[in-house]
Amino acid sequence: MLSYFFRRLILVLPVAFGVSVICFMLVQIAPGDPLTAIMPIDATAEEQAAMRAAYGLDKPLPVQYAIWVGNLVQGDMGKSIATGRPVAQEVFGAVQNSLLLAASAAVIAFPIGIFLGFLAGYFRDTLLDRAVTALSITGVSVPNYWLGIVLVIIFSVNLGWLPSMGAGPGGSQSWAWDWLHIRHLILPAVTLAVVPIGIVARTVRALAGDILTQDFVQALYAKGMSRGDVLRHVARNAAATALSVMGLQLGYLLGGSILIETVFNWPGSGFLLSNAIFQRDLPLLQGTILILALFFVAMNLIVDVAQAAIDPRIKRT
Amino acid sequence: MTKLLDIQNLTLRFKGKRTVHAINDVSLSMEQGETLALLGESGSGKSVTLKALLGLLPPKRTEIEGKIEVNGTDVLSLSGKKLQKYRGGEVSMVFQEPALALDPVYTVGHQIAESVMRHKGVSKADAMSTALDMLDRVRIPSANRRLHNYPHELSGGMRQRVMIALALACRPRLLLADEPTTALDATVQIQILLLLRELQKEFGMGVIFVTHDIGVAVEISERVAVMYAGQIVEEGTTSEIIKSAKHPYTQGLLAANLHDVERGARLNAIPGAPPSLETKPDSCSFAPRCAHATAECRAALPPVFTPSPRRRVACVKAEPAVAAE
Repeated sequence: MLSYFFRRLILVLPVAFGVSVICFMLVQIAPGDPLTAIMPIDATAEEQAAMRAAYGLDKPLPVQYAIWVGNLVQGDMGKSIATGRPVAQEVFGAVQNSLLLAASAAVIAFPIGIFLGFLAGYFRDTLLDRAVTALSITGVSVPNYWLGIVLVIIFSVNLGWLPSMGAGPGGSQSWAWDWLHIRHLILPAVTLAVVPIGIVARTVRALAGDILTQDFVQALYAKGMSRGDVLRHVARNAAATALSVMGLQLGYLLGGSILIETVFNWPGSGFLLSNAIFQRDLPLLQGTILILALFFVAMNLIVDVAQAAIDPRIKRT
Repeated sequence: MTKLLDIQNLTLRFKGKRTVHAINDVSLSMEQGETLALLGESGSGKSVTLKALLGLLPPKRTEIEGKIEVNGTDVLSLSGKKLQKYRGGEVSMVFQEPALALDPVYTVGHQIAESVMRHKGVSKADAMSTALDMLDRVRIPSANRRLHNYPHELSGGMRQRVMIALALACRPRLLLADEPTTALDATVQIQILLLLRELQKEFGMGVIFVTHDIGVAVEISERVAVMYAGQIVEEGTTSEIIKSAKHPYTQGLLAANLHDVERGARLNAIPGAPPSLETKPDSCSFAPRCAHATAECRAALPPVFTPSPRRRVACVKAEPAVAAE
C-alpha cells in the first residue's frame, strides 16, 4: 500500500511539470500587455523598455520560464504588478478563504447528496426516486450565481437574517470561528453546495441502484443478513466510485467558485483570479492558476490512493 | 420425525406489465437428509421454487398461495428477525454463478464469518476460525491464506467451494443448490458434484439440487422431481425415473441425453418450446409438444397417478401403462 502511494507520488511530478508549463504559457498566449495596464498612457518607449526589463519580460520565453520556476521552488512567486505585494502572500490568503468556502460547501453537499442518492437508488422507480432525480437535475441545471442572487434577495434584503457580502464583519479579511464570521459563510456555502448535491445524488443513485440488482445482494439476504448489513455492503461497493466523483467535485468547488465569490464578494481565489484577469496581473494570474491546478493534482492523488485502499480490485502494486 | 420439507399446492404469480404464472399447484415433500434433484429446462420454475423457499422473491410483485413448511415452520409467514434467522441458519443456498454471488470488496473469510456471527452470535475471531475450518472442509488448499483472499483472486471452482463453505457454515438442515455447476468447466463440475455428495453424507442435511442436466441429477440425487411449466410432472426415485419414466416429457429428456448415442446420429430433441405461462394452464402444458397428445390432453389438466408411494405422474397416458404391468 505504501509503495503504491510512493509510485503514485512519483507519477505526480511530470503532471506538475506539465501544469506549470501550461500555466506559464496560457498567460503568454492571452492577448493584452500587462504594462499598458499600469503604465501611464503617455509613457515613452524607453520607460516601457525599462519597466519590461525590471519585470524580466524582455528575456526569451524559456529563460522567463526557468527563472519563474527557479523562484517558485524557493517559495517566491514574484510580485503582483497591480498591488506590488508578493504573489505568494496574496494567493495563500485567498486560497485559504476559498478552501474554507469549498470545504463548507462539501460538508453540506456530500452527506445530503449521498443520503438522497441512496434513498433514490434503494426506492428506485418510486415517487421518492423521481422527486430526488427532479431535485438533483434542478440543482445541476440552475445557474448558481443566479441562485446566489435570489438567496441574497430573500435572506439578506427581505428577511435581513444573513449578510450578503464579504467574509466577516466590516469586510474583515481575517477569519475567526465565531458567529459573526460564520454568518457570512452560510449563504455562499449553501449556494455553492447545490450543484455537488445534485451530482453526488445522481452518482450515488446510479451506483446504489446498480449494485442492489447484483446477485450478491440476494445472496446476502439468503444467508440471513439484515437490511442494514446489506446496505453496508452496498455502501462499501459504491464507495470507490463515489469517492472519485466527490474528490473531483471538491476540486471544482475550489477552483470553480469564481462566480459565487464575485456575487458574495468572498475574498477567495476566484475573486483574486477575476481581479488578476481584469488587471492583466500576470504574476498573480500565473500563481493563482498554478496553486489551484496543483490542488487538483493533489486531490486526484488522494482520491486514487483512497480508492485503492477501499476497493481490492484496483491494483495496488 | 417431522418432514424436512412439505410444500402443498404452491401457486405463484409474478404481477407486472404481464402476469407470469411461474408455479402452478406444486406439492412436494422431503424426508430428513434426502437428496432431491429438481429437473427441468429454463423457465420451468425450478429457481423460483428455491427462491420462494427462502422468501427471496420481491413481495410487491409476487402473489403466493399454498403452504411451505420446513421442519414444521411455516416459511411464508416468516418476517423480520425470524426470517433472517431462518435464512442461512435453517436453509441456505448455493448460487449458480459464484463470481456474482460473492461480494467483490470483502475477503471470502469475512463473508463466511459474517454469516456465522449473525447466526451463532460468536466473536469475530471465533467466526473466522469457523470460516477457516469450513474452507478446509470444502478441500481448499492452503485455506489459511485463501481466507484473506478476495473473490476475484480465486478461480471459478475455488469460488464455488467458498460459496458451499459459506452455505454450510451454520449447519443448515436443508441446502438449496441452484445449478451450482452450470457456470463451471466440465472437469471442475465433477469435483464440485463429488464434494457436494461427500459433504451431504458428512453433514447429513437434505439437499435440493436444481439442474437441467439429467446426468447431474442421476449423479447426485436419490430422488428426482421433473418440472415443466411450473408444475411437477413426474416424481420418483432416481432409478425409477431412469428405468421407467412414465411422462413423455421425462422420456424426452432421457432420450435427448448424449449417452449411448452413435456418432453422427441425430439426438432426439423434444420439438417446440415451453409455453410462455401468461395464462394459468387449464390443460396439459406439454400437450403441444407431445407426440402422444390426444383431445383429452387438451381438454383438461391431466390427472395425477400415484403408481406407488412417493411416485407420481401427471399424464393421462400413465394409467394404462401401470395397468398393463
